[in-house]
Amino acid sequence: MKTVFSMSSSGRMGVSLPALDVPPSAELPEGLERESGSIGLPEVTEGQVMRHFIELSNANHHVDKGMYPLGSCTMKYNPRQNEDIARMPGLAGLHPLSPDAMAQGTLELMHRLSGYLCEITGFEAITLQPAAGAQGEFCGLMLITSYHRDRGEGHRNEVLMPDSAHGTNPATSTLAGCKVIGVSSNDRGEVDPEDLRRKVGPNTAAFMLTNPNTLGLFESKIGELTSIVHEAGGLNYMDGANMNALLGVARPGDMGFDVCHLNLHKTFGTPHGGGGPGSGPVACISDLERYLPDSIVSKDSDGRYFLQKPDRSFGRLLAFHGNVGVLYRAYAYIRTLGADGLCEVTENALINANYLKEKLKGIFELPFDDGPCMHEFVLSGDRQLEKGVKTLDIAKRLLDYGFHAPTIYFPLIVHEAMMIEPTETEGIEDLDSFIAAMESIAREVEEKPHLVTDAPVNTPVLRLDEVAAVKELCIVEPRVEE
Amino acid sequence: MSRYIPNREEHRRRMLDEIGVDSFEDLLKPIPDEYMLKGELSLPPALSELELQRDMAVITSRDTGADHICFLGGGAYDHFVPSAIDHILLRSEFFTAYTPYQAEVSQGTLHAIFEYQTMISRLTGMEMANASVYDGATAAAEACLMALRVTRKNRILIAGSMNPRWARVIRTYLDREGFEINEIPFLENGLLDLDAASSLTEGGAAALLVQYPDYFGLIQDIEPMAELIHSAGGLLIAAADPVALPLLRSPGDAGADIVVGEGQSMGLPLSYGGPFAGFMSSKLKYARKMPGRIIGRTVDRAGETGYVLTLQTREQHIRREKATSNICTNQALMALANAVYLSLTGEQGFREISTQCFQKSHYLYSGLIGIEGVEPVFGNTPFFREFTLRFPVSSVEILQKLAEMSILAGLPLQELGEGVMLITATEKRTKEEMDAYINAVASICDVEVSR
Repeated sequence: MKTVFSMSSSGRMGVSLPALDVPPSAELPEGLERESGSIGLPEVTEGQVMRHFIELSNANHHVDKGMYPLGSCTMKYNPRQNEDIARMPGLAGLHPLSPDAMAQGTLELMHRLSGYLCEITGFEAITLQPAAGAQGEFCGLMLITSYHRDRGEGHRNEVLMPDSAHGTNPATSTLAGCKVIGVSSNDRGEVDPEDLRRKVGPNTAAFMLTNPNTLGLFESKIGELTSIVHEAGGLNYMDGANMNALLGVARPGDMGFDVCHLNLHKTFGTPHGGGGPGSGPVACISDLERYLPDSIVSKDSDGRYFLQKPDRSFGRLLAFHGNVGVLYRAYAYIRTLGADGLCEVTENALINANYLKEKLKGIFELPFDDGPCMHEFVLSGDRQLEKGVKTLDIAKRLLDYGFHAPTIYFPLIVHEAMMIEPTETEGIEDLDSFIAAMESIAREVEEKPHLVTDAPVNTPVLRLDEVAAVKELCIVEPRVEE
Repeated sequence: MSRYIPNREEHRRRMLDEIGVDSFEDLLKPIPDEYMLKGELSLPPALSELELQRDMAVITSRDTGADHICFLGGGAYDHFVPSAIDHILLRSEFFTAYTPYQAEVSQGTLHAIFEYQTMISRLTGMEMANASVYDGATAAAEACLMALRVTRKNRILIAGSMNPRWARVIRTYLDREGFEINEIPFLENGLLDLDAASSLTEGGAAALLVQYPDYFGLIQDIEPMAELIHSAGGLLIAAADPVALPLLRSPGDAGADIVVGEGQSMGLPLSYGGPFAGFMSSKLKYARKMPGRIIGRTVDRAGETGYVLTLQTREQHIRREKATSNICTNQALMALANAVYLSLTGEQGFREISTQCFQKSHYLYSGLIGIEGVEPVFGNTPFFREFTLRFPVSSVEILQKLAEMSILAGLPLQELGEGVMLITATEKRTKEEMDAYINAVASICDVEVSR
């Protein structure tokens, strides 16, 4: 496909502006001016821009085209009404530094959403500021380290986490100035309480856990785990990436967790946008409320909403109040479903996942097979590897069948891992098609493995060379010298 | 019964039979009974699409600021957004897609972001850019962390004329043992105190971070700062306003090593502050220290050009605690909007927008300082789009009186004294609107003088 730069021709323009209606009397300071025409931006018409980006768009897989069985990513349908709601003029045109009195609608909406998310998670306080899950994790660890510091225990800098943790967990710990301590999983795929007991101590700041964990299993000893950490003086952080499994069923705040982030772009149906924007609100117990980033939305006795800086706030995460457009979509999602609808989400997400697991476990290895899974499960491609076909090949072959690939090679504790999460917005017919594709690929591995190792072939490009991309690094279009 | 869930009771029954359990409750057995939620979530009842539309119309009507004529800036700006952008953002192919980990079915996003990286690099005068971070403030914070990694020093110098919200984000991101932040004061004319900066660089520093133009809208030559920090073994980080860059010498040309900024001005609505998009660009030699996703060009098995996520060994999903950042989800769709905006406006249109911001803000400035008692806070220092004035009356009075005319007059800067305001005029403001602003202030000040 051509680049937009190659379509450029001097003098074309894709925008029209009113003529300047004031005298052009101001002049730039000498020596600081940029030469006209020297940037290298394309010159194309509006029609050319549309044609170019629509042509590009046709080369994407997306939720409206087909299933994304991506474990831990919760790629569900993105309701269209929510797109319209996020574009209502009241929000879209609202400057973030508008006086509170002129932003009462958005502040009220943020206040309501805060209440809903506290109810869903079982916590007392919340910030809507974090832009994504990873920033939510950072926020959570900052709350926890601020709390320890205020209690004269600023030395607590160890963050414990299982070896199955998402990559953001250890990366966030480093960002927050903490040290990562690994905790082993037992043969059931759950955190080993004995190992946790060995690893906690006077330096424990926090224990970070995804529940259900990244194998799709609910941590059945959760009460014991969180107690071990509390007894050692640490706090419990839940990575809420897998919250789609728990809506209306169980709440992190009731399990001994002290902080939890949510991914609105997973659980609450807001679109992924090809990689963002997300939103990662952080809910917490009341003891941590005073450390929340400024500002949070409060309501005065006259029913007016206002922004307020918590008295011991650890700082700010963004210039403004969060990805508010995403908050609007999540609000609309919760209002549309209500309590019953959210329960229905989890019920269908779990049934769908268990159905797929049941149907696929005969074809692929299921390393942790001890009763039902939650909203996702992890297969291993080890059996296929014996035939010389890697999990990567299977993933690429699925693209040929019109499906996105599962999350692969994660969690790290499963060899040749394929982590599958169907979500509730897929129907039984979609699941059966996916099962049929997986069965077909498994047969190909036996009979014609080259079909799998050569995949994909029905995609806009064939398999891409990632090694060459690093070796011959090209991350911007080179300038054509005149 | 949700309109988003296709399975009905009969389907669930069939699936539960296949699974080999009697009921959904059997699937919840792994959850110890004591942690099961007793009763229902306490949430308001579900609304139909029509009811929700009505509910939202009522709520958003209380956002009265949204239909005011906006002279408010301070990090978010009321620029014109061409219609074509949203038509592209609303393509399912873009907005419902996941992060492009499976490159072969994500060429649309990858190719578009590659073009975004190119446009940002060219605009800032750098050799590369990443695929976006959360916002301008986190871009600046990540740039500081990046400079600490590159130089292995532990001190950052931040211009005192930096957006205070950004400075607070930076302090939050660097709030850990071993890092130090020093602030470079500014002079009466608003420009940075180079003597103070010079003594602060003694003993070496990882970076000097300067905003270009700064928080008060002031334009300062950053080349002397580049020389200062380079001689101290550090990097110059410029936090640049992209709308000023078609007119101003590029930060790269002036000696910057990393250039960051906020992309909201390039095609994104105000949306009460988000989603926005932070851009990060740098010299190519620092590519391996850059946080976030980077798209690279490569070839497929048939030798055809394609795009992939590259240099992934920097990232959290591979390097875990040794990653250059914890960022995973970024602001991809907003970066796409930036790329579409820069394609539509292009070389000439973007320069025209920049010129109009420059000229219109000067028109408003000239009209206002012509009023008796209204003074520029920083003398004759050149500025872009945004300027700082001291009024002879309180900011509250100005704000209230202009609000009666549906004008958001600007941002009060209490820290610089009573009656000081930061005022912005973008290309969207008309002569008529600005004349109304000037006349209103004149009558407020006139009353004040005669009192």
